[in-house]
Formats: sequence, C-alpha cells, structure tokens
Amino acid sequence: MAIIKIKRPQLTFAEKLYLPAVIKGLSITFGHALRAVLGKTPGAKRNFNSSGLGITMQYPETKWDDQLPDYYRGVPALVTDEKGRERCVSCQLCEFICPPKAIAIIPTEIESDDPWAKVEKRPAEFDIDMTRCIYCGMCEEVCPEQAIYLRKDYSMTGLSRSEMVNDKERLYEIGGVRTGLVNKWNDIK
Amino acid sequence: MDPEILFLILTTAVKIIVFTFVCTLPIIAYSTYAERRVSSIIQDRVGPNRVGIPLTLFGAKKDIPFSGLLQPLADGLKAFLKEDLVPAHVRKFFFWIAPALTAAPAFLCICIIPFGSSITVFDQPVKLVIADIDAGPLFIFAIASLSVYGITFAGWASNNKYSFLGGVRSCAQMISYEISLGLSLIPILMVFGQLNLSDIVQTQAQNGWTLLPLWNEHGSIFDAGYWQNCKEQWLLMIPLTISFIVFTTSIFAETNRMPFDLPECETELVGGYHTEYSSMKFALFFLGEYAAMIVGSAVIVTLFFGGWSLGFGLDAAISSMSLGGLIHILIFLTKVIAFVIFFIWVRWTVPRFRYDQLMKLGWVVFFELALVNIFITAGIIMLLN
Repeated sequence: MAIIKIKRPQLTFAEKLYLPAVIKGLSITFGHALRAVLGKTPGAKRNFNSSGLGITMQYPETKWDDQLPDYYRGVPALVTDEKGRERCVSCQLCEFICPPKAIAIIPTEIESDDPWAKVEKRPAEFDIDMTRCIYCGMCEEVCPEQAIYLRKDYSMTGLSRSEMVNDKERLYEIGGVRTGLVNKWNDIK
Repeated sequence: MDPEILFLILTTAVKIIVFTFVCTLPIIAYSTYAERRVSSIIQDRVGPNRVGIPLTLFGAKKDIPFSGLLQPLADGLKAFLKEDLVPAHVRKFFFWIAPALTAAPAFLCICIIPFGSSITVFDQPVKLVIADIDAGPLFIFAIASLSVYGITFAGWASNNKYSFLGGVRSCAQMISYEISLGLSLIPILMVFGQLNLSDIVQTQAQNGWTLLPLWNEHGSIFDAGYWQNCKEQWLLMIPLTISFIVFTTSIFAETNRMPFDLPECETELVGGYHTEYSSMKFALFFLGEYAAMIVGSAVIVTLFFGGWSLGFGLDAAISSMSLGGLIHILIFLTKVIAFVIFFIWVRWTVPRFRYDQLMKLGWVVFFELALVNIFITAGIIMLLN
C-alpha cells in the first residue's frame, strides 16, 4: 500500500490570525439575534406552530394534537362493544407480554345464568400502573379479543402513586365504545 | 471616637452593603437569566418565560405572570431546598471548603472597582469605591489567583477521575493565562503612570477613553482643538488595543468561559470539577463563576472603556451635582451589563478550543504578544516625548 501524504490546507494570514474569523462569526450571530428580536427569523412567522419567539412551541398554549399520526401510542385503555359487553376475557396475555409488568389482572368466572356465559371469564380486577407503562403497544398487538387499545392521550399526571394506577372502571371510562370489531362470541346464525 | 474615623467606617460599611448586595448580587442573579434568554434569542428558541409569582400555591386562582423575570429567585430557592448529596468517598474537608474558596475571591475583587465618581454626604466627598488603593489591578491578580485553589481542591477531593481531570485542566489553564493577564496591563501602567483605578478612570473621563479617544482636554471630535492634540491618543491606541485583546481573552480563560471552557463542558468531562457537587455547593461554584465574569467585565470596562464616565466632557458637569456619583454608578453598571452580554454572545459564536490549542495560545502566543506589546508601547511613548 502506498504512503499517501496529506497536504494540510494552507491558511491565509487572516485565517492564522483567527480574530477576523471571530469577528465575522460575531457579526453573523449578532445579525441573527437582531432578526430574531425583530421577528424576521423563520420561526417567528408562526409556521412551525411556534410562538413567535423562535421555533419553540409554547406548550400548553399551543398543542400539536391535530398532527398526531394514526399509529401514535398513548395511554392504554379497555373498550366496550356496541352491545355494551366488556371485550376483555382476562386471558392475561397482555399481562404476560408487558415488558415492565405494568398490567395486573385477576380473572373471575362469568356466572352460568349470564347471557354471555359461553365466554366463561372476565377480569375482576384489571390495573395498569401508568408509572410503569412504557407505551410500547405490545398489549394492543397481542390481545386476541381486540379489547385493549392505545389512545392518543399523552399527558397523564397524578399527585400520588395510587392516582397513577388505572383500575378497571377508569380503563373502560377512558376506552369508551369501539365499533367495527370482530364479534366472535356472537351466536352462530 | 474621632468623628472622621467614624464617618469613614460608616460610609465604607454602607458602600460594601450597597455595592455587593444591591449592585453586584442582583446582576449576578440576572446574568444567569440573561444568559439563558440571550442564548435562546441567538439559538432561535424561547428560554425561560413562565416564572411568575405562584399564587396558586397559596390557594389563589391565577398566578401573577412575570414573563420569567423571577427565574433567578426560583433557581435560588431550588438550590436551597435541594438535597445536598456528599458522596462517601470524598475527602470531606477539601470537598466542603472548595466552593467557598472559588466564590470568595471573586466577590472580594469587587472592593477595588470604582463604581462612580463621588457623592457629597454631609458636605464631605465620598468616593464611590470601597477601597481606593494604589495597586488596583495587582490586587485583582493576587486575589483572583486564589480561586485556583478552590478548583484544584474540588477536582482532587471528589475522588473521581473525570473531576480530577477537569480540575487539573482548569487549574493549569487559569495559571497559564494569569501571565498574559498581568503582562498585558503593563502598557496601561506605562501610559497612565499609576495603577489607582479611580485616578485612571478620572484621567479617562478627561482625556478620552483608552479605546475610544473621541475627546481630550481641548474638546471633542467636533472641535478643532481636539484634532490638533489627538495624535498621542490615537498612536497609543494601537498597543492598547492589543493589550485589550490579550486581557479580554485572558479573562475569558480565567473564568472558564467559552471558548475556553474545556474543564467544565459536558461533552468531555461530565461536569468537570463540579460533577460531584449538588444544590448549594454547586450554586456557589456557579455564582463564583458569574461573579468572576462580572468582576472581569468591570475591570475591562474600568481600564479600557472609561469606567463610570459618560464621555465628551460631560463628566465634570455630572460630578458637580451632589448626587452625580449615583448617575455614574448607573452608567458603569450599563457598561458592565453590555460586556456581560458580550461574554454570552461570544459563547455561542466561537467553538471550544482543544486543550493543546488553549495552552499554546496562553504560553506561546499571548505571552510573547504581551511582552512585545510592552516594547511597542515604550517605543511609542519615547517617540511622543
């Protein structure tokens, strides 16, 4: 392999002095600062959902909720059917796959005199600890009943650890009713 | 007791309290806020603009918005209330004393800076300087060198290889630039003939600022008498500009400020010498750095930009008013604040120097330049006489 001699670029006298470059840089920064204060920079035209002072968005006055993509992963919630049936059958697959083990399920049986007795199981308790949830969406992917979905809410706060645990009522409250799902437990016609 | 001495003690005590707690400490606190705001203007973002008076904490419905101006108060409160972690593996005595040793010399240097000319109190003139000593800049060099101890102790006592490296680098950097700091002021001594800071500012008020000699005893640039007598000022401005450049860059290096902040940048050394420090100790390091920055700016303004003087011969008119000294304090503080903003401006303009480039600059370039500058000044003074 031949030896390649690298020629360093020859610096001009002004470049060796370094100060002219510094002064030129100072003028660029100063010009930008002036334009920012006078409102002439790109961010100031409020075209990036910005606040006028820069490209920064002033949350919570300006939010980006209308731009969230369809696949955005927010807070997980359980959904109810059009017929009012809770879709979760407490198979505990989501509990098994949840990486930080945020889900805790206690299943119970459905009594034989219930109209949905053939489903056999429902969750007695279903807790998702939001301080552990990492919003990965594995529970939504693995659920065989299309019962758990990740919504588009992202800001979930609480003042104590117990407030941050979503229990079953809260989960169904957040989830609401979802239509267009596969109702495999319906009677065969 | 002798009423003279009592008057002296009382006025000195009042000066200490006013200059430190009313002038300097608020400027230090707000220079942290100014740094964040000016940096964000340069960088196309917003900076802290939400801190107000949090009345909702006391049950009211809305906070009073102050557009972020109370951010330094919030930061100070946070520093007091945060948990003060002292790791078990540190050398306790040096760990505890290091922040104080870094911050105290910076605050001590406030006492020789002339904040204003003089005010008349009970028919006696009181100079607006806490200690009017004849060896002004020498005092600053002596005391500012003590802050090297604080940084070295912090780096060593933290018992942590990154802090150690940061402390060693910072110590070496500060000591190297003290040479050019001192040598670059010898031309000032040769031109003014003395080192008493109040007298230097008085001379500049009458004869034109060192770097902007736009007036002298014979009038300002609008008078013909000025142009006949100004050759001396403009010729001397050449070596004094070199002196200004060397001195200002050495002050940047002394305060560990960009582009010389290798000892404390996050990308190289986590936090440098203040990695292991939390809450109030870290706040003391931080305050000491900003205090050193402000004292450095104040010295540069005093020596090169006329200190408290407004210029163009107006200072005699202001000084003749009994409270004219207070107007001079405002002028001085405006110049210092402008210089602090210059520090912030340079931070986001010039990229950081590599350590060997830094040391080469201090020992090879500035040392020689300051020495040659002394000879140039001597030559010009001989020419003019």
